[in-house]
Amino acid sequence: MEEILNISVSPHIKTKTSTTRIMLDVIVALVPAMTAAIILFGIRAFIIIADTVFAAVLSEYLCRRVMKRDNTIHDLSAVVTGILLALNLPVGISPAIAAFGAVIAIAVVKQMFGGIGNNFVNPALAARIILMSSFPKPMTTWAVPFYYKRGEVDAVTAATPFVIHNSGGDVPLKDLFLGTTGGCMGETCALALIIGFIYLLIRRIISPVIPLTYIGTAALMAFFWHENILFHILSGGLLISAIFMASDYTTTPINTKGKFIFGIGCGILTFLIRYYGNLPEGVSFSVLIMNILVPLIERATAPRFDKKENSNA
Amino acid sequence: MEKSRLALPEKPFRIHGGANTPHRKNTRHSQSVVMPCPEQVVLPMSQHIGAPCKPCVKKGFTVAVGDVIGESTGHICAPIHASISGKVSKITQVRLPNGHLYDAVVIESDGEMRMSKSIKPPVINSDTDLIKAVHDSGLVGLGGAGFPSHVKIDIHQENHCDTLIVNCSECEPYITADNREAVENTEDVLYGIITLLRYLHVERAIIGVEDNKPDAIRSLKAAINNCKEKEAKNICVLKLRSRYPQGAEKVLIKACTGRTVPPHKLPVDVGCIVMNITSVGFLGSYIKTGVPLISKRVTVDGSAVNEAKNVIVPIGTSVRDIIDFCGGYKETCGKLIIGGPMTGVSVPDDSCPILKQNNAVLALNKKDSLLPPATDCIRCGRCIKSCPMKLAPVNIETAVKMKDIDALNKNGVTLCMECGSCAYNCPAHRGLVQIIRMGKAMVHNAAKE
Repeated sequence: MEEILNISVSPHIKTKTSTTRIMLDVIVALVPAMTAAIILFGIRAFIIIADTVFAAVLSEYLCRRVMKRDNTIHDLSAVVTGILLALNLPVGISPAIAAFGAVIAIAVVKQMFGGIGNNFVNPALAARIILMSSFPKPMTTWAVPFYYKRGEVDAVTAATPFVIHNSGGDVPLKDLFLGTTGGCMGETCALALIIGFIYLLIRRIISPVIPLTYIGTAALMAFFWHENILFHILSGGLLISAIFMASDYTTTPINTKGKFIFGIGCGILTFLIRYYGNLPEGVSFSVLIMNILVPLIERATAPRFDKKENSNA
Repeated sequence: MEKSRLALPEKPFRIHGGANTPHRKNTRHSQSVVMPCPEQVVLPMSQHIGAPCKPCVKKGFTVAVGDVIGESTGHICAPIHASISGKVSKITQVRLPNGHLYDAVVIESDGEMRMSKSIKPPVINSDTDLIKAVHDSGLVGLGGAGFPSHVKIDIHQENHCDTLIVNCSECEPYITADNREAVENTEDVLYGIITLLRYLHVERAIIGVEDNKPDAIRSLKAAINNCKEKEAKNICVLKLRSRYPQGAEKVLIKACTGRTVPPHKLPVDVGCIVMNITSVGFLGSYIKTGVPLISKRVTVDGSAVNEAKNVIVPIGTSVRDIIDFCGGYKETCGKLIIGGPMTGVSVPDDSCPILKQNNAVLALNKKDSLLPPATDCIRCGRCIKSCPMKLAPVNIETAVKMKDIDALNKNGVTLCMECGSCAYNCPAHRGLVQIIRMGKAMVHNAAKE
């Protein structure tokens, strides 16, 4: 035996799953929502998605270069952030603003805190909120679905289901389910989001605990406040946030007990902001607030194994 | 008055966590081959957990198969016997895969395999006789841990021990040595179980077999049905789901009895003794013949070895001799593993000897020997879900990085049995077992201060 053998600590075999594969699965789960966005809002939706993905990946690459760290764009997490950000923007937004949001998400929220696995809030949601406070007008100008079919060049302003609802109007549930209402590109079509959710569950990428407790709590609150439950579930950003944002690994509790607390907290905050608040949408803020509380939830729910020893000592 | 007996389980109980490892039981149907006597054997004085033995032979001594060459030096220690006949050529020091140096007796073979005159079947009339016989046989836990068996079966009357669990789950990929033991040595296995039940006053025996070993289940069931001893009706074969680490002691107890061994407690605290099927089979044959533990069945497999098969080798045979017996290397070997791929130890070269508790030699080619590089933790929680002890490896890793002894204790780092399920499942391919070992060392050193 001339050559030196490899030595390593056990185990000597590893799963085929990798971070890249997980992110790829998330991208696949987002394909229905992206398709729905392109069908509803036209080619411009595709341009915005491509724009944010490009900006996200480029800023990830540059950040890692500047920080002299390993390049991580191959793990595809920047692509996921780019897609999620795009789906949380109105279609009429200028590509420059969208790209700015992607840079904020990756450079400021993600890489400045150490890159994948270390950001304390969801990059796409944080970027959305920063854009919302920096550019309130374009961020709340919603397009009418299928506007492009009528030969209109610019997106025509439409009211979101919540604006209609709060001014006493009614939106047919069918429109909410299929997404033929005003709103961000990816959040309107409940059907596409649910297909993505089922895919994620089948591939065992996410645990159903947070999405279900989140939606369930919001629905329960709607019931006690005598609101239309289905309207609350299907409208606004609840589904996309519950399925794709609140189930993000990094910014949510890691234990099942903590996941319950997180989901319930998100549900309560979302409903309260929607019902009493003055914001166009409470989902982003409630998930973000719960993101910030995660270290505390983790501390309270972490299993402990030293109780016995203490009592013996 | 006959007191009510414990029922035998029909179905396994649910276990927590684990990993969906590949089976790769390529040698499942390979009848064990007895390897011819090698030119020399190296017998290290530590082939068990506990105090090392003291060599009781000197250079130039002539020994026969079965002669004691290493005397036990303490309670937790098992004697070591000559595995071939010949001349002691030297007493030297060898470095074992665990990194420590131990005395070792090297025997040059005379090619005769002459049996020692001291070999005679033990006379067993009581539990003390049995414990003495087990000690003299040199038996240690043959599943891999190598804990001296006479200590394990020396249960005190006050801990009422009602269940003997025979571990034939063999959940590690590749290894089929226990499977072959169940098929080839069924009678002795059963005899060993009956002896243990009779003299230790244990009520029932459960043989836990994973469902990927149908031939083992069939042979064992048939043997139990044909057995005329009265203990046979208290023995059952329990078919377990094939899932790693089904064969880990605490996991197996849970699966077979539904009992949970509390943290920092032993199986005997929940009334169980767990013994590997090869240990029990050896015990059965030792009581019949009196031949101590001198040979071991090992599975030889892996992508770099020519003929994968089960080989019965004299203890102390070098890995090189075993690989040569299996047709040598097919391609350049990248990694040699003693044991299975999940918990086995990789060794720097093929000169190391096979010890009592080893049950496999895996030679992996260059490609299989490389693991994907570790990337940043994404906090997916798969390590927590896979831990059979319900620990949180991700939190342990943070505590190790922060050198936070308090946090390590809170996270129960010492409860980890290093099964590797977390590291196997980690999508970021982090070396969690290595990190946890560092954490254990930190706790250990802090306790010393």
